[in-house]
Amino acid sequence: MPPELGLFLRFQVQRHLSAALRRPGDIFNPLVFFLMVVTLFPLGLGPDPEVLADFAPGIVWVVALLSSLTVSSRLFQADYEDGTLEQLALAPHPLALAAMSEVLSHWLLSGVVLALASPVFAAMLNMPVQAIPTLMLSLVLGTLCLSLTGAIGAALTVGLRRGGVLLSLLTIPLTVPVLIFGVGAVREAALGYDPSGWLALLGALAAGGLVLAPLAAAAGLRISLEL
Amino acid sequence: MTPALRQGSLLTLADVSLERGARRLLQGVTLEVGSAELWQLVGSNGSGKTSLLRAIAGLARLGVRGAIGRSDSFLYQGHLPGLKPLLTCRENLRWHGSGRVYTEMQRIDEALAAVGLAGYEDSVVMQLSAGQQRRVGLARLWLSDAALWLLDEPFTAIDLKGTALLESRLQAHCSAGGSVVFTSHQPTAMDGLQVLDLNQYAA
Repeated sequence: MPPELGLFLRFQVQRHLSAALRRPGDIFNPLVFFLMVVTLFPLGLGPDPEVLADFAPGIVWVVALLSSLTVSSRLFQADYEDGTLEQLALAPHPLALAAMSEVLSHWLLSGVVLALASPVFAAMLNMPVQAIPTLMLSLVLGTLCLSLTGAIGAALTVGLRRGGVLLSLLTIPLTVPVLIFGVGAVREAALGYDPSGWLALLGALAAGGLVLAPLAAAAGLRISLEL
Repeated sequence: MTPALRQGSLLTLADVSLERGARRLLQGVTLEVGSAELWQLVGSNGSGKTSLLRAIAGLARLGVRGAIGRSDSFLYQGHLPGLKPLLTCRENLRWHGSGRVYTEMQRIDEALAAVGLAGYEDSVVMQLSAGQQRRVGLARLWLSDAALWLLDEPFTAIDLKGTALLESRLQAHCSAGGSVVFTSHQPTAMDGLQVLDLNQYAA
């Protein structure tokens, strides 16, 4: 009988977080990437505040998607290389739960941090103030979806030396609904309408993904480990 | 999938053959490990020692034929240390594939002291030397309650004193009724050691 599953999940998340907090640079690098890309848009599109405000929801969301993709591609790599993944596969606990702990800690350190920092980017792009709470909430929900889909791809490509391109091909199509709903919510809020319908859809995706994606990721890990 | 294990035995291999890619590594391996037995797998490089050990642990399903029965209470320590470089020794030892989360810090500290790492409890593993990192991994043997230990090259990168320490630990495990199956190139002089030469099963 495996010991309590909740304890195992909490313990694994704690482990990931305490390791990550010893190297805070890895948490801030995606934010710096985000900042740089957002800075490029006024240069490319012209500094007209009206134009920028119009494009702002799309810009922030596409950049969030790309930065999430680059980080989540290496989700299981370290565990694979140091042998932790083998031990997780041997443990009496379900591998899906281990995958979920990995996704949750990754999301807390990337998606949630990004959502917290997003008002800065919104201001840089002249986004209306009333859209900012919606932007943050949609990013919190949406990045969870992105981390979950990223985990499936990362699990399938973990043993491959050049998995990056393959991973993008696998996961980008899966992230399209998240992008559409996320941008929809922010645009609606920017126009002064009620975005709750879009947010509900994002929430449903996140809830469904949280149940199903760890199972798919665990199956992918078993394939990668040749189990 | 795994057939029932015979009463009182911790590991049974019946006519096991291993394939890797298109190449057949081993054929007809038969082994019975009861309690309080110490087995060394020997064989030339590439003879399939690691592959056999992984198959026994359940880390390889493809290309394994024959019946492998193994006790559920086991510990596998492979080539990869399974240590997180950014965690401290204590944090690393709190969990291992056996599934147990160790909450008694005292037991972890005792295990670290046993492998000569007293004082390094809160050191980040990344900052230790390669030999010390090996010792952190081996400290798990002082924490483990598993009956069957499967160890891949446990003596690699360990100094003479450490080797003696590890040998005495393996023997203590056997006197307590547990069994060990390990791979090693070094001839070891432990009491009651039985040797399985994999070269005789080469296909």
